[in-house]
Order: sequence, then structure tokens, then C-alpha cells
Amino acid sequence: MPFGNTHNNFKLNYKVEEEYPDLSKHNNHMAKVLTKELYGKLRDKQTSSGYTLDDVIQTGIDNPGHPFIMTVGCVAGDEESYEVFKDLLDPVISDRHGGYKPTDKHKTDLNFENLKGGDDLDPNYVLSSRVRTGRSIKGYTLPPHNSRGERRAIEKLSIEALTSLEGEFKGKYYPLKSMTDAEQEQLINDHFLFDKPVSPLLTCAGMARDWPDGRGIWHNDDKTFLVWVNEEDHLRVISMQKGGNMREVFRRFCVGLQKIEEIFKKHNHGFMWNEHLGYILTCPSNLGTGLRGGVHVKLPKLSTHAKFEEILTRLRLQKRGTGGVDTASVGGVFDISNADRLGSSEVEQVQLVVDGVKLMVEMEKKLEKGEAIDSMIPAQK
Amino acid sequence: MPSPSLIESKGFVLLTAFTFFPEGPNAYLKYHLFFISHFYLCSSEYPDLRQHNNCMASNLTPAIYAKLCDKTTPNGYTLDQAIQTGVDNPGHPFIKTVGMVAGDEESYEVFADLLDPIIKERHNGYDPCVMKHPTDLDSSKIHSGQFDDRYVLSSRVRTGRSIRGLSLPPACTRAERREVERVVVDALAGLKGDLTGRYYSLTQMTEKEQQQLIDDHFLFDKPVSPLLTCAGMARDWPDARGIWHNNEKTFLIWINEEDHTRVISMEKGGNMKRVFDRFCRGLKEVERLIQERGWEFMWNERLGYILTCPSNLGTGLRAGVHVKLPLLSKDPRFSKILDNLRLQKRGTGGVDTAAVGGVFDISNLDRLGQSEVQLVQTVVDGVNYLIECEKRLERGQDIKVPPPIKQFK
Repeated sequence: MPFGNTHNNFKLNYKVEEEYPDLSKHNNHMAKVLTKELYGKLRDKQTSSGYTLDDVIQTGIDNPGHPFIMTVGCVAGDEESYEVFKDLLDPVISDRHGGYKPTDKHKTDLNFENLKGGDDLDPNYVLSSRVRTGRSIKGYTLPPHNSRGERRAIEKLSIEALTSLEGEFKGKYYPLKSMTDAEQEQLINDHFLFDKPVSPLLTCAGMARDWPDGRGIWHNDDKTFLVWVNEEDHLRVISMQKGGNMREVFRRFCVGLQKIEEIFKKHNHGFMWNEHLGYILTCPSNLGTGLRGGVHVKLPKLSTHAKFEEILTRLRLQKRGTGGVDTASVGGVFDISNADRLGSSEVEQVQLVVDGVKLMVEMEKKLEKGEAIDSMIPAQK
Repeated sequence: MPSPSLIESKGFVLLTAFTFFPEGPNAYLKYHLFFISHFYLCSSEYPDLRQHNNCMASNLTPAIYAKLCDKTTPNGYTLDQAIQTGVDNPGHPFIKTVGMVAGDEESYEVFADLLDPIIKERHNGYDPCVMKHPTDLDSSKIHSGQFDDRYVLSSRVRTGRSIRGLSLPPACTRAERREVERVVVDALAGLKGDLTGRYYSLTQMTEKEQQQLIDDHFLFDKPVSPLLTCAGMARDWPDARGIWHNNEKTFLIWINEEDHTRVISMEKGGNMKRVFDRFCRGLKEVERLIQERGWEFMWNERLGYILTCPSNLGTGLRAGVHVKLPLLSKDPRFSKILDNLRLQKRGTGGVDTAAVGGVFDISNLDRLGQSEVQLVQTVVDGVNYLIECEKRLERGQDIKVPPPIKQFK
């Protein structure tokens, strides 16, 4: 069900000028691309599930943005949104993903053996390693748009797929609405539990509707492989462990993902993917690999070096605090991850993280010894 | 063009027909399901209301849901949209929220099977199927409406009005919302005498104007309550929202907040009669001015004035005072006295706030089934009684709990 905008045909009784949103105070990708003409061109369209232009952009209208952080300001309600509203979404994608063109092709590579190294990041510096991505299940609409029935069907299918896994992937599903207090406590202590979204970026897009119906967390017994069901995407898949063995984390990530995908395919509900946009997810910022591979790493000296930001940019990496996006670092420990999502493969993105973090740890060690690091600063990757 | 297709689902073979709805905007709704299969498909959509305590959850059943789930109002508003706020806000064990809103005037007809029982529960037995709501804005009928200023610090009457033909805040488009603003601001510009005033649009007010409106306690904020945001009322904020008030700052109108308009008459002190006089005069004048331009308020004799929340149907009126009752409020019979007088208490910050310094916000409980005049007279009589009690307690005399007054007159 579209959230708040079902009467699209009725709106067409009004002129474009009368319906066009006031974006004069806005600073997000959607607001930079949308014009009255474009609005007029797209406003009478809808996907076959009934998702409309106003649904796509509502979150960007309601959240003008921040002068320093550029949010995307639009979401997809289903796989078709990226086609029907391509005149808006292609330029947004291009802006967000470094000039990615409508004719570009995205490479998918989940063959973990193609990763070089990654098993020897110094655990004295690299405290933990993690790779996450999202997956959408073909045949269902996405979180901004899906109905309770669809969400429950997604959950049911996910439970079937996940509980059939064995070996290192043997695990258990915890539905949000029926977990016991003890289970909830444990999941919080493990840092696994996700909350009802409070960010207006998500709530204005309708993603928190009917909470906590159809939502849950699955993890393996080892607590190294975790899946979130029906949060911001149909599935968020996370592989993680303490220490610096990113190679192992990525291996488990790839193997687990492929096992899950096989099961969904057998039920005629494979993952949404195409060769232009890669894996289709709710937010255009997560297209392509949808992958964020990162570490928590101690860089107290390097992080205060004048060239730290530049080094990150050249390595195609980004920093966050250890609480995740928009948090500050604590004790010189940073979350360092790949900046790119679309236009390079999973292996390529994780390779950048592995190589970049290795280099930065070496720089940190040099700085500890009082030596200069200027000769180590890399060229732009 | 109907074309049959077979869909297998959980072993049930569902025969569906593709039906074209000229006004139907949503392809999902275009699948019109026949036979008992309809009930089973709807059951997969039925919300889980086991943790819920609101009027919608108390009255919704799978049968009602199945009957209404594929209906829409002419503007395209659906049941799922109307109940979304109640699904998303399970409620509080002590406070029973309504849990459902109307997206337009027709919602109250199309979803009557659910809204009528909700209305009956919320409005203490008013049965919209058989009863009629009286409207009476003749303030000359009020007597004894001047309270003792030593006790009553301020007096206030508020209501809401919706413009017929335009969707309500949960469902309105930007164009409709802007049209509400245009129609109302246009009409208000025609007010004269003590009602002469000015409009302050939220998108265009200067910082100085904003500060003044805050100091006057007139400025309303973007809603943060999930009861409102989950119903879609904060969309496109602050587009087409604003505040109008007269130069004397005694007559104030909010545009496009929780309703198309909220109309407030107020002043310091205890002259409720004058506050209500101005309220009625202002309302009637605004109505005349919009009628001149071919518009009218949403109203019918079954539900009175139509507003977004079913709790505000009928008169939509809350008439109240800020009154000092330090002794009476500590008396164990205080709540019972209020109940019998059909009054409610709130803190001076409004709903869900605590009283400060023994000062309470006392107002009418009822909205639907009695007229404006009747409700204001109830408040007048009730507050006079409370002040009498306070004075008696001051003198060391005892007080009596009054007999309960009849609810529907």
C-alpha cells in the first residue's frame, strides 16, 4: 500500500504548479535533480503495484537535509520503480555513485577466493571485521510500500531459507514481536538487536509501518553470521568476528549469501538483481553491491594527522565512529569501510578495505616510532 | 477489460477478475476477489492487534476488515490508511486513544462499519446510526458566564472546521492543502472590527514574527507525536501551514495542522461569556465569508462538524478555563465531582501535563450529542460549582458531590 498517496489520479485534476513541492530550502540528491518539468512528466505514472512519484520523493520533501551531509531524498517502492522513474533516479544515482551512467554495467563478484590476502590484519590494531549487504526478494514490493501480507510472506520465506542452513550456518530466528525478555537481553548484549527506526529519513518513507509485525533477527550459533528481516530492506546480511581476519569474514559472507540465494531461487523468489544496477535495494545509495565492508581499527595518531582525510579519499574509504553512521570515534578507534557501492564488485570493494587498512596500520606504526609517513601516501585509487 | 487469471495460494485456487476502477489509483485494489477466497487473502493482511489498546483495535474484527479492505473513498483513501495510526501505536494501558482517522468526509460513510462503533465507544454511547447531533452557536443563551477572576486565570474555547470538497490532513495532496490555506486566508481577510487580523505563513514568517508568536504562545510546531505522524499529517511540512490572529490576540486560527482549521477564542480572566460570544460571532462570520466564495464547512446532522479524528466530531468543542483549585484538588472527591459534572482536568500545559501550583485546566468531556451552547453552559455551571467548593473549603465548610448530570439532553 502506498503510504499517504493512493489517490494519484485524483491529483492529476490539479496543475503541476499546484502540486509541485517547495524545495527551496532543500539539500538532498532528489531536490537537486527534480524540476517542475520532470515532475510534470512523471507524476501520472505508477508502477504495477501502484507506487507513484510522490511516494518516491516524500522522504526527500519531508527531510530537507543538512548543509554538510547530502542525503538521497528518494526511495524505491519496488523493483520497477528504478525503471518507471528512471528520469529522476538515473541522475540521482549518477550524483551519488560518482558519475555512474545509465548505460554502465555493474560487475558482481562473490567469489571470495579472488580476494588477495586479508587474513593478516594486525589484531593489535584491528579489533573487529565486518561485511554487510542487503538483498531484496523478487516478487515482493519493498519496505516503503509493502503490505502486512507481503511482509509476512517475506518473513516466512526467510525463516524457511535460514533455518534450513547447516554446519557453520546452523542457527535460529527470533521474531521481534514474540521474543522473550531473556532473548531480547541477549541480543542487545551481542549488539544484534535492531530498533524500530526513529530516523525521519526512514519513517517518512513508511518503512516503520506495522512495527514489529514481520520483523526479526536470525543468527548462527557461532554468532558470526546474522540476518535482519524486514528492517530497511527485505534482508540485511552481516558477517562479522573479532580481530583482523577479513578474509574469513568475507568467505563466510559469500558462502552464506550464496546458500541463502539458492534456497530463495528454489521457491521462485530469487534476489532482485540486474546487470545495470546490480542488487536492487530500497535506497539508491545501496545499489550495486550494497556492500559495506569495514573494520574497527585503532588509529589514534594517524587520525590526527593533517592528511588523514586525504588518505581516506585516495584509498576510496570512509570513516565513521564506532557507533556507526553519524557517530563520533571513541579512544581513537574508527570504523573504516569502503565508500563505493555501485560500479565495482564485492571482491574489489573488500580488496580496497583490506589493502587500505593494512597500509593505514603501517602508517600508524610509523607515526608511533616518530617517523614520517609522507612517502607512504598513496595515489588516488 | 476483465480477464480472468488463476492464482494458486496455499492450496486455495483463487479466481480473480481484473476490474478497472476509473478512480482506482492502486493496481493492488484492482484485483477484485470473489468467493470465500477473499476472506482468506484478507486474513493474511489482518493487523496483529493483540498488544493493542485503542478504540480501533477494540472494534475491528476480521469480518469487518474483509468487508472494507478493498473499498476506497472517491478520492482513493483506504481502510489500511485510516487504521495505520492505530496499528503503529498500540496505545497505553491507561489512556485509550482512538487509533483511526478520516482521510476525507466520505471516510465516515465508506468505513462506517468500523467508525460507527468507534464513535459510539468514544462518545460514551452516542449512536450515529439513530441519533442526531444538535448544532447551536447562539451564545446569547449562556447565563452566569462570568467567573470569579480571583480563581479563573483565563478562559478559552476551541474547535475545528473542515472545508467541504477537500481531503483532510491525513490524505490531502499538496495542492489541496494549499487550496485550504487560500480559501481560509482569503475569508479571514474579510473579518472586521475587533476581529481584524493578519496571517503568518509558516514558510514565510520572519524570525521576529516567529519569536513574537512563540512569546504569545500561539505558534504550533511540526507534530512529533507518532499518533499524528503515522497518520501522515506532517507530510510536506511546513508547506501551506500558518497562523492567523486578530490584532487584539483574542481570536486565533491554525491552518493545516491536525485539521484544516482550528479556531480558538481566548482571553485572560473569567469572562467565558465574552469568549464564547466572540467564538460564535467569528465562526459565523468566517462561514459567511467562505460561503460567499462558494465553499462550506463539512457538516451533517448525524455527526455534526466533520474533523480528522473521530474524537472531535460533533461540536469539536473544548471550552475550558485555567482555574486555581488548590484545596479542592486535594480533596479525595475531586475526580468524582468532575465526572458527575462531565468535566475533565488537565495540567496547564494541555493534554497529558501535570498541574502546577494548584492551577488546573478544566474543560468539557463531551463533544458529540450536545450542542455548543449546551456544552459551554455545562462548563460554566461546572466551574461555578467548583469555585463554590473551593470557597467553602477555604471557610472550613464541607462540600457535596453533585448528582451526575444527564449526558444526552
